[in-house]
Amino acid sequence: MAQFRAHSVLPGFNLALGFTLLYLSLIVLIPLSSLFFKTAELGFGGFWDVVTSERVVASLRVTFLTSLAAALVNTFFGLVVAWVLVRYSFPGKRIVDALVDLPFALPTAVAGITLATLYAPNGWLGQYFATYDIKIAYTPLGIVVALTFIGLPFVVRTVQPVLADVEAEVEEAAASLGAGRWDVFRRVIFPAIYPALLTGFALAFARAIGEYGSVIFIAGNMPYISEIAPLLIVAKLEQYDYAGATAIAVAMLLISFALLLGINALQWWTSRRGAR
Amino acid sequence: MSITIENLHKHFGAYKALDNINLEVNSGELLALLGPSGCGKTSLLRIIGGMELADSGKLLFHGEDVQQRDARERNVGFVFQHYALFRHMTVFENVAFGLRVKPKKERPNEVEIKRRVHELLCLVQLDFLHDRYPAQLSGGQRQRIALARALAVEPKILLLDEPFGALDAQVRKELRRWLRRLHDELHITSIFVTHDQEEALEVADRVVVMNKGRIEQVGTPDEVYASPATPFVYQFIGNVNLFHSRDHAPWTEQHGDAVAYVRPHDIDISRTAQDNTALPVEVKLVRAIGSVVRVEVATNGSSELIAIELSRERFDTAPLLLGDKVFIRPRQFRVFATGDQHELSAT
Repeated sequence: MAQFRAHSVLPGFNLALGFTLLYLSLIVLIPLSSLFFKTAELGFGGFWDVVTSERVVASLRVTFLTSLAAALVNTFFGLVVAWVLVRYSFPGKRIVDALVDLPFALPTAVAGITLATLYAPNGWLGQYFATYDIKIAYTPLGIVVALTFIGLPFVVRTVQPVLADVEAEVEEAAASLGAGRWDVFRRVIFPAIYPALLTGFALAFARAIGEYGSVIFIAGNMPYISEIAPLLIVAKLEQYDYAGATAIAVAMLLISFALLLGINALQWWTSRRGAR
Repeated sequence: MSITIENLHKHFGAYKALDNINLEVNSGELLALLGPSGCGKTSLLRIIGGMELADSGKLLFHGEDVQQRDARERNVGFVFQHYALFRHMTVFENVAFGLRVKPKKERPNEVEIKRRVHELLCLVQLDFLHDRYPAQLSGGQRQRIALARALAVEPKILLLDEPFGALDAQVRKELRRWLRRLHDELHITSIFVTHDQEEALEVADRVVVMNKGRIEQVGTPDEVYASPATPFVYQFIGNVNLFHSRDHAPWTEQHGDAVAYVRPHDIDISRTAQDNTALPVEVKLVRAIGSVVRVEVATNGSSELIAIELSRERFDTAPLLLGDKVFIRPRQFRVFATGDQHELSAT
């Protein structure tokens, strides 16, 4: 025990660690492990059969690809929104700032129905796209729109405070040294906000993978094309195929965990390289 | 490179930051902009550096109008009070920054960059820190790195905004002497902003005293101290005693409603009144501080204290005690009318 923990002046290490482990166990580990126990009923062969069935693989692909696309879109535009909110002052700025959090508060089903109505081929926005033969609602593109909507706040809220921390003086210093705007962004601002941007991306990505409510209304849910994995899980539950449902869940869980671990490792690596 | 400023104005909303500034900065000199906070000195510096635009007026570098030029095109080095170093870059990369962002055809190759950066780091005597990050350095070291970074692009003009303002007193003294020596080596036209009169007088070739967006006086450190042009300069630089005509009529009566400004070391003390201009006072405090003796006296019936400084030698020839009744007389003073603050006479 003595070499297990470093000496610290902060009291309460044992209590705090104990509480953290208990809390995580109750909230995260026990529910998730029951997932594994239920899946274990199938045996490995059964599990493999479920998760490699064509329809499941297709749904997983749809889920992860649309989530990735939405997270990338959010990373770019979230950065723009954060930039505008930090760097400029304009009338109504506080209202815009408050609007950013709205996707968090809205029931996701409401968001899904609203977006589906708007982007349907005869909807307000969908009709303009329809004239160019672009279908948004009831296609994977619609899924990306919904996932972008629900993931927007993550990037904005993680980048905003870090960006505000980059002093204007640092940019002025760079400019006085002859750096153009692009150089200032690439060499000065971006390295400073990169870790926050990555965190925002990871959060938006993770949130999008698990999203169900808003997607099912806009996706059209066509098997192999626009059917997401969470929908398949619900479908299996409705057929009382609990083990089959948990098998898909376990597959999603493992892939998500691997991806998030990868992002964390990347973050750790960059923060070490840019030690402060 | 010389700098010429003509009729420069700058407003922030209704606030007049700079009010008709005219200034000539000679090539190769080290100039101090001195004044209390909010006097416009930093605004002026930022306008010269291109970080701020003037509302009207002219700004010429070596006779050439540079108002329309961006900060990056002015070839001006800028050093900030809080260093503004790039946190995620090593000391080496910080100094190399200006070289790396040069357009491709002007950019030196890697070997040349390495040589130049190490040369600069040696100049600021911090070559051994080249692989550290700014957070690992002390304040004084950071400011020297910031200076090396500014010098890397070989600017024609160096601007320093309160460069020692964030440092503690000991480091500040060391660093300003070092800056003076460095300037004597490089001879680059430099302007630094400070609110510390001691700093300005010790380091600068010439001092520009500013107040409320205007220039009060431009002169050598000796000139601004020995012959201040306005009451403000008198009070801002060094200590001074004020004698109002209504209380001390003999010194100012020929000028009507006026104030006489007298430096503490320009007052003589005697036991007897030599003529009718001598002021009878009582000694309230005697304190020896190093080589000078500080005496505070008050006129009869007044609680206002008059500060007098004597050399220890002078004090020893005629020692004073608390409560002694003596007469004081200014050796040198200057009278300004109270209303319009015009100078009336100097003796």
